[in-house]
Amino acid sequence: MSENCTCHCHDGMERDMLIPQLAVVTAIRQDTPDVKTFRVEGLNGEKLFDHMPGQCAMVTLPGVGEAMFSITSSPTLTEYKEFSIKRCGELTDALHAMEVGQQIGVRGPYGKQFPVDTEFKGKNLLFIAGGIGLAPLHSVINYVRANRKDYGHVDILYGSRSADDLVDYDEIKNEWIGEEDTNVYITIDRPQEGWDGHVGFVPAYLKELAFEPNCTAIICGPPIMIKFVLQALIEMGFDKTQVYTTLELKMKCGIGKCGRCNIGSKYVCKDGPVFRCDEIDELPNEY
Amino acid sequence: MKKIAFSQIDNLLAAIAATQKLYMPVETAGQYNYGEWTPGTTYNPDVLHTVKSAKSVFFPQSEDLIRFKRDGMNLSISPVAPEDEDFVVFGVHACDVKGFAVLDRVFLYDPVDAYYTSRRKHGTIFSVMCKAPEETCFCGAFGIDATEPGADVDSWIADDALVMRANTEKGEKLLESLGSLLTDCDDTAADQAKAETKEILGKLPLADLNTNGFGKDVDLLTLFNRPEWKELASGCLGCGTCTYVCPTCQCYDVRDYNTGKEIQRFRVWDSCMYSDFTMMAHGTNRPDHTQRFRQRFMHKLKYYPDRYEGVFGCVGCGRCLQKCPISMNIVKVMKKLGGEA
Repeated sequence: MSENCTCHCHDGMERDMLIPQLAVVTAIRQDTPDVKTFRVEGLNGEKLFDHMPGQCAMVTLPGVGEAMFSITSSPTLTEYKEFSIKRCGELTDALHAMEVGQQIGVRGPYGKQFPVDTEFKGKNLLFIAGGIGLAPLHSVINYVRANRKDYGHVDILYGSRSADDLVDYDEIKNEWIGEEDTNVYITIDRPQEGWDGHVGFVPAYLKELAFEPNCTAIICGPPIMIKFVLQALIEMGFDKTQVYTTLELKMKCGIGKCGRCNIGSKYVCKDGPVFRCDEIDELPNEY
Repeated sequence: MKKIAFSQIDNLLAAIAATQKLYMPVETAGQYNYGEWTPGTTYNPDVLHTVKSAKSVFFPQSEDLIRFKRDGMNLSISPVAPEDEDFVVFGVHACDVKGFAVLDRVFLYDPVDAYYTSRRKHGTIFSVMCKAPEETCFCGAFGIDATEPGADVDSWIADDALVMRANTEKGEKLLESLGSLLTDCDDTAADQAKAETKEILGKLPLADLNTNGFGKDVDLLTLFNRPEWKELASGCLGCGTCTYVCPTCQCYDVRDYNTGKEIQRFRVWDSCMYSDFTMMAHGTNRPDHTQRFRQRFMHKLKYYPDRYEGVFGCVGCGRCLQKCPISMNIVKVMKKLGGEA
């Protein structure tokens, strides 16, 4: 029996980890033209499982498939899980076509969390996200906000292609901006009518902002953004041991067995997806 | 130790099959593979290798995991229960026996794979010693003694008898159940047969193959970045045959099939040699053929040892040497990158 399963329908039987729990979509929010955030709960309000920031879950739409998504909601919200999902393939197309009330399968949580209760404690934190890369950091940011006294100063740098592509911009505007000891910097790639904020790519804006290397950086975004952000951080005097990211590769099992998501001897699903950047340096460049 | 006259071996198998399922090398259209014993099945001691390894008994090429039913917005999830019937696998050679140890580290722990684990729990492995190892055999390179497989029951073909010894509780239980067919024999009854096999092994062309240049103590990135990978991979067709005949390849795919009435989720063997193995909506991290070729051998010879206390992920059965259409194989990789041209 999966340790997290709360149902009793298979009592007395060894329940394999590959078997999802039954869940229901209780809310859908259109964040951007191609990103929706799905709120998912266990049936009859039952709790699905506990997770920590950075962990992921497999979402199943039978007949279409199953894939790993980072859990966007903070662990402090226990009644539901949220997944911000960009429409970019067969399964995500089908997920975007769902309506509230749709029952799906969910299994998890999988992977290593961001070290919010160890290495991050007491540190200044610099979050850097691009596009849908905000999804996995969203959970960390809200966990930090919920436990604000455990952390130092917080900077959030977030960029996307256009103002319309900023994921969860309402929450950023209404809740994150203006919070004590928190600075939020938003940028979009190209000028746009009605946008009076910063324009330019995330790595360039990062250099412009010239943060002191007295904090822990947490980055997620397209691989090319991660690469240039990391370069910029090094130039700014950061050490790779101060920088964390989260990786994504093809996964089928989520438990280190199907053999897909390895980088060297590490499985992203199990040993990751969260890695410290000096750990990644020791691995083959296949991610 | 116990023994039975070799001429009585089919009676022994029938006696096993009378109480539980029995899998053994069975001929179909001239090919031997592990299949279920049926009345009339005979054991052929001259067949060294089945086409597919004994892995297929515990980790079938395809198996159902879940049945889903969709009714409008509603969904029901019915897991397929793991098999829980006792069975015996007869005729497994040392390489395949040690292949289970490789798979066990992946599937039995952290977390448990319920399907494989249940079959391992209910399956009794009855090995038969290799009487005539072939020139493609190289289990010795990985420290495997072909004459001491270490299965639940090990057996040796000595003169006109099959001599056997139980190594585990499961094995003892099996031999007890066959009591009336077996007679006691001396512990040295198989020594001559073992010595003969060892002599053949010592003269095989790959007898001196070693694992120098691989394993957990060599530098990962140096090995990964060796320029020779490109040349080694150049002829590979990417057909995946090596992965399908391999006793230790573990990679699988999970897929859904809509029957019209329900959706069956099943898992199937997959191959890291295929271009879509790591393909996601936004691309793949191994777009290049050389990368995929390197992945398979690095997994066996470096990543697996790194993860599991230095144990290699190859058992030297030699099936991939026999079956590769372009005669590229792990031995050539080991020789080239291990320093022996």
